[in-house]
Amino acid sequence: MKYNWNWGILFEEPYFGWLVSGIEWTLIVSAIAWIIAFSLGSLVGVARTVNSMPVRAVATAYVELFRNIPLLVQMFIWFYVVPELVPDGLGRWMKRDMPFPEATSAILCLGTYTASRVAEQVRAGIESIPRGQTAAGLAMGLTLAQVYRYLLVPVGYRIIVPPLTSEFLTIFKNSSLALTIGVGEVLMQARQIENYTFQGFEAFTAATLIYVVVTLIVVFAMDRIEKRARIPGYGVQRGQ
Amino acid sequence: MIEIQHVNKWFGPFQVLKDCTSRVEKGEVVVICGPSGSGKSTLIKCVNGLEPFQEGIITVNGISVGDKATNLPKLRSHIGMVFQNFELFPHKTAAENIALAQLKVLGRSEDEARARGKLLLDRVGLGEMGHKYPSELSGGQQQRVAIARALAMDPIAMLFDEPTSALDPEMINEVLDVMQELARDGMTMMVVTHEMGFARRVADRVIFMDEGEIVEDATKDEFFGTPRSERAQQFLSKILHH
Repeated sequence: MKYNWNWGILFEEPYFGWLVSGIEWTLIVSAIAWIIAFSLGSLVGVARTVNSMPVRAVATAYVELFRNIPLLVQMFIWFYVVPELVPDGLGRWMKRDMPFPEATSAILCLGTYTASRVAEQVRAGIESIPRGQTAAGLAMGLTLAQVYRYLLVPVGYRIIVPPLTSEFLTIFKNSSLALTIGVGEVLMQARQIENYTFQGFEAFTAATLIYVVVTLIVVFAMDRIEKRARIPGYGVQRGQ
Repeated sequence: MIEIQHVNKWFGPFQVLKDCTSRVEKGEVVVICGPSGSGKSTLIKCVNGLEPFQEGIITVNGISVGDKATNLPKLRSHIGMVFQNFELFPHKTAAENIALAQLKVLGRSEDEARARGKLLLDRVGLGEMGHKYPSELSGGQQQRVAIARALAMDPIAMLFDEPTSALDPEMINEVLDVMQELARDGMTMMVVTHEMGFARRVADRVIFMDEGEIVEDATKDEFFGTPRSERAQQFLSKILHH
């Protein structure tokens, strides 16, 4: 194979700038999507554990709808279909005036999809807490809402830190799908560099490394959170 | 103080409580015993509304537990409850466990709650353990913290649901001692337990349940001396001669 290696190209302008801008978009899209996923997912996850049938039904419907449609399909739906479905005025605004329409669609798509997965973990965390704990909370005069606030949610979240880490990582990796609707994230920039320079190996190696570095940073950060949040002696843990 | 009148309860088609009637006076210690599955735990969980019941009336200090208009959290905050599995909150230290409901239900200040907690930890013999997490305590210590947590609410009565059943034998006495002291101080108590020695020493009355019925409701001396029903006699002979 004859291939002209040229790693220096990655540090030449405009390609270096493209990569930096790609990193920025990847981080922005993933971070905002994660905020949506975490808050919406928490809400839906808690809603799946409450006594009220209608509330549980709505939450369950949400989870099944969003986790059972391929993410790529959802990406297209948010970008191409949703503006046609919403009332005319809003649809027109989404197409003409909404800032960064591609990125906004990608964020909504990733956020709502990942929320369905976070919701399942929140539910699993809460349901893993023995019923006697809730009884003890109620018996001392706490309302059910207070039992959630001071017991079920704080303990439940501590239990699910490891799987939440995986979701957080997945959102960074899934953000690469945003290139299909034109978001200038890392993968799209790598492809663009390849198109302009024919240095595909270098460009995609750079993209790979960027993903690895970003996800490793997330892993380290979440590991620290896990250690801080750990309940001494609770559950099965390392080093015992 | 606690009145139980003609209470019936079903789990689906299965009747767990059958026409249960009894009353507990202020300062009285009532031990509830009987074979497992006889409805003892269910009965005392009805007293603070943790278990709903379909028929009958239970009142605590004149307030009806089953009434929809009753403010259950408020009522429960006056009735302490201790569970078989302690049910301390794992993410909070012993002191924080004792403080939580004082802060969030009674609205006490941090200082007040901490001082009260310290006092009660001393009282159950765990004055130095406030900073420990439940998992760092033995079962007996956890149960004593749980008793302190319930006492911190200044309850008018205490319910004990098999408080020593999950404990290793050598830890049972430290918990029973705390309970005995509580009884001596005049606390109104309903205690579900198999500890017949405790019942003999501490109880004023014994309720014997079998298959959801209150079979015997007698003073301690009557119950241990001359149990009227055959079922109670059999139960006693099994439990006392093992």
